[in-house]
Amino acid sequence: MNAPGFVSFVARLVALGLAVAACAGRPPEAPATPATPPGAAPTAAASDQLLAPAQFAAITDPAQRSQAMFVEASRVLTHARCVNCHPPDDTPRQGELHALHDPPVLRGAADHGIPALGCNTCHQDRNAQLARVPGAPDWHLAPRAMVWLGKSPAEICAQLKDPARNGGRTLAQIHDHVAHDGIVAWGWQPGADRRPAPGTQAAFAELIQAWIDTGAACPNEEVKR
Amino acid sequence: MTKLTVNGVAHDVDADDDMPLLWVLRDLVGLTGTKYGCGEALCGACTVHLDGHAVRSCVTPMRRAAGHAVTTIEGLSPAGDHPLQRAWVELGVPQCGFCQAGQIMTAAALLAENPKPTDDDIDHSLAGNICRCGTYLRIRAAVRKAAGI
Repeated sequence: MNAPGFVSFVARLVALGLAVAACAGRPPEAPATPATPPGAAPTAAASDQLLAPAQFAAITDPAQRSQAMFVEASRVLTHARCVNCHPPDDTPRQGELHALHDPPVLRGAADHGIPALGCNTCHQDRNAQLARVPGAPDWHLAPRAMVWLGKSPAEICAQLKDPARNGGRTLAQIHDHVAHDGIVAWGWQPGADRRPAPGTQAAFAELIQAWIDTGAACPNEEVKR
Repeated sequence: MTKLTVNGVAHDVDADDDMPLLWVLRDLVGLTGTKYGCGEALCGACTVHLDGHAVRSCVTPMRRAAGHAVTTIEGLSPAGDHPLQRAWVELGVPQCGFCQAGQIMTAAALLAENPKPTDDDIDHSLAGNICRCGTYLRIRAAVRKAAGI
C-alpha cells in the first residue's frame, strides 16, 4: 500500500471507529467478512470495496447503525470522481487533487456549460478511450446548491436530506438517483487511468437504501473521511 | 452505411460508428478545412457545428452526427462572406491560420446564441480554442466587429 493509500486506510478506520464506538466498544480486529459477528464492530473494507449493510448488523442502535452506514457511503460521496463535479463555484475539477478543469470552462445558467462551450462540446455519452475524455449521458455539473467538494460527510448528509439542496428529491428518489443515474454510474467506470469510486454502484445504492431504512441519520460533524 | 448531412449535402459513409467525425470529414467526405490539433478536445482546432452547436470533431464519434446537421468551415457561408469571415479578413486576424477555422466556428456558435456578447462572454466561450500565434486580441476584436459592437 502506498503512503496516500495507507493514510486513507487509517482515516477510514478512525472514522468507522468514531461512528460505532458507542455501540461496539472495541476497535476493529478482524478482516472483513460477509456478516459481522454479534458484538463486533465492522472492519474497514479494502480501499476499493464498500462494506455491505449486513456488516453493520452488530450496531444495534438503528440511528448509530444509520450513521455508520452513511460514513461508509461517504467514501463514495467524497471521492474525486464525485466531488469534482460538485464544486463550490462555477468551475469543474479534474483529478485526485481537484485541479481546475483544463481547458477552462464555466457552469453556465443551466449547469451544462456556456454558449459555444457546453459540456457536450467535448464530452460524449460515454468515455472516449483514445482521447481519454470522460463521458456519460447528459454530462453536466451538479447544481450550485449541491456543493460536495470540501464538505464533511455530515454536511453532505444534511444536503442530501434537504429538498432545497437535493433537487427537490425525496429519500426514495435519492436512492433511485444513486442506483440508476448514468453520470453516477460513471464514477465506477471512469475510463483511462482515473481511479474509480470504491465498491460498485449497486453496493453504494444498497448502503444508501439501508441508511434510509434505518432513519437516514447523519453522522457527527467530527467524522471525517 | 451511415447517413450524414454535411453542409446541407447528404453523404452515405461506410465507416465504424466510433470513427471521430474529424476524420470522416477530412478523409471520407473530403472537407479538409477542419483541422486536427490535439485529438483530445483540448485545443479547439477541429470545431464544427452539430445542429448549430459547437463540438470538437476529434472526439465526437460519427454516430453522434447521424441524423443531425453538420456544418464545417466550408459550409458556414457558401460564399465565404459570413460576418465573422469578413471581419477576420478586414482585421487580418490569422497569422499561421491553423486554428482559425475552429476559432471562427466557435465564434459563430457563440453569436448564434448570444448576438451581442461582452468581452467576457467572448473570452469565456473561446477559452477552449488555443492560438499558438497569440492572435487572441484580434480574434476578440473581430468577433466584436462581426457582432456590430
